[in-house]
Amino acid sequence: MEEKKKIATREAYGKTLAELAATDKNLVVLDADLSKSTKTADFAAVAPERFFNVGIAEQNMIGVAAGLAACGKTPFVSSFAIFAVGRAFEQIRNSVAHPQLNVKIAATHAGITVGEDGGTHQSIEDISLMRTLPNMTVVVPADAIETEQAVKALAAYQGPAYLRLGRLATPQINDENYQFKLGETVLLRPGRDIAIFACGMMVAVALEAAELLAQESISATVINVHTIKPLDIDAVVESAGLCGAAISVEEHSIYGGLGSAIAEALAENCSVPFARVGIDDKFGQSGSPDALLRAYGLTPTVIATRAKAVIARKNAK
Amino acid sequence: MSLDVVAENAKEMRRKIISMVTQAGSGHPGGSLSAADILAELYFDAMRIDPSNPKWEDRDRLILSKGHAAPALYAALALKGFFPVEELDNLRKLGSRLQGHPDMKKLPGVDMSSGSLGQGLSAANGMALAGRLDNKDYYVYVIMGDGENQEGQVWEAAMFAAHYRLDHVIAFVDHNRLQIDGLITDVMSPEPLEEKWQSFGWHVQKIDGHNLEQIAAAIAAAKQVKERPSVIIADTIKGKGVSFMENQASWHGSAPKQQQAEQALSELA
Repeated sequence: MEEKKKIATREAYGKTLAELAATDKNLVVLDADLSKSTKTADFAAVAPERFFNVGIAEQNMIGVAAGLAACGKTPFVSSFAIFAVGRAFEQIRNSVAHPQLNVKIAATHAGITVGEDGGTHQSIEDISLMRTLPNMTVVVPADAIETEQAVKALAAYQGPAYLRLGRLATPQINDENYQFKLGETVLLRPGRDIAIFACGMMVAVALEAAELLAQESISATVINVHTIKPLDIDAVVESAGLCGAAISVEEHSIYGGLGSAIAEALAENCSVPFARVGIDDKFGQSGSPDALLRAYGLTPTVIATRAKAVIARKNAK
Repeated sequence: MSLDVVAENAKEMRRKIISMVTQAGSGHPGGSLSAADILAELYFDAMRIDPSNPKWEDRDRLILSKGHAAPALYAALALKGFFPVEELDNLRKLGSRLQGHPDMKKLPGVDMSSGSLGQGLSAANGMALAGRLDNKDYYVYVIMGDGENQEGQVWEAAMFAAHYRLDHVIAFVDHNRLQIDGLITDVMSPEPLEEKWQSFGWHVQKIDGHNLEQIAAAIAAAKQVKERPSVIIADTIKGKGVSFMENQASWHGSAPKQQQAEQALSELA
């Protein structure tokens, strides 16, 4: 495969905000003392009058954003996922989601690939928390190109949204012709034997797993589920039904995230053998991102092994 | 508007509070009655609002951060003409626009949904920032409870308003000295409130929260303050105007029975 430059989704986020600053005068950006890490500093550099650092005070940040949105602004608020979503969950619920205010929570440093900072800083439950909220849209882009388009789509969309971004530079799976459509899955690789549903940086890993499976003459469909909510249920059910087996892959707890969303859709519409690859009810820990991905089983090899076990269940029927 | 008219509306608001909470069979009369004069002065005198255009961009905003005092807000909005007074009877009923706590998506005149304590001042900060960005001169009023000042987010928001010099934020603390479990100073003292707000960089006034002249004068003085947000700590009486409710924490969140309501209404005649 052609070697492409790895880029972190947070990098694309900052660049896109800065680009939008010129055209979208309603755009305002808030950060809680992490603007250099979340890359909102890129926006602050070009539109300082519309950038507000709130200090280390995430609960107030969400409320300020709610007030700005109530007066017609489009606030993007950023921090690490653990703080933006975890610390300020009830503010997001009652000041943003319940009144349906147009606030975009764009959280970076989600998942274990935060790395050396360790378990306290590695959010593995944010998709779950945001997915439970009525009115909330949840998007997990797979690469920089998708992030850029997702940011633009969410800026144009009216309503609360959560955008999950990563710290780690990751491979690009889309090219310049890619067109992001909020709420629609993307078929990246067609196959017959199993449908692999992935989101975020795990989409690239899932594509590698499909390559491994192909070497064993197993044909895997790979689908990028960038919008976890509202879930593209029809597409999920159709792909799983065609393959007769399915697996989900995410850098998140297997409770409440993509895997749960897929399991719910399949259980109600199309019961096929299914497994969830993700973080199995454990906290993260310190380590390099690569070492952590191996330690927590988020590798092409593990996905391929789990996929084969699901296919065996299908064939045993 | 003359303060006599404001006083008339404040009394009518108190009557509505009693009747709607009684009708609903639940609700928060104590803190609604303590905030009634402040809300009356705002809605019937100080605020720049137009009931026929509740989303008017240049309007002054009000956030009832102590959202459980919704009956007082609803009474003010109905009497001001934002919606029919008869609708007050629907308080807390299924499908009603008059939710247990204010819902901006449902009821005209509600500028911000509220009810979970500690969140209103942050939203006011955002509204004031938006006004500054848009070169508008509207004010954003916030009504907090004194017990609410126990919430950490209030002080995050207090820091923010002072840091960003939000002189169009005017906050009230409804200082009725009681919360659900008793005296605020017994449960978890937020005192001394004046010194705390001063040390956070705010312009602070202390007034009698049932004296309309003092409320009006404090608002006027707050508007003269530049580069700093203002807080008006209003000494009030929980249950004000109904003898058996006054200064009783037990009337924080319970509705009067019919006979009690009749007595209350006769006292408020």
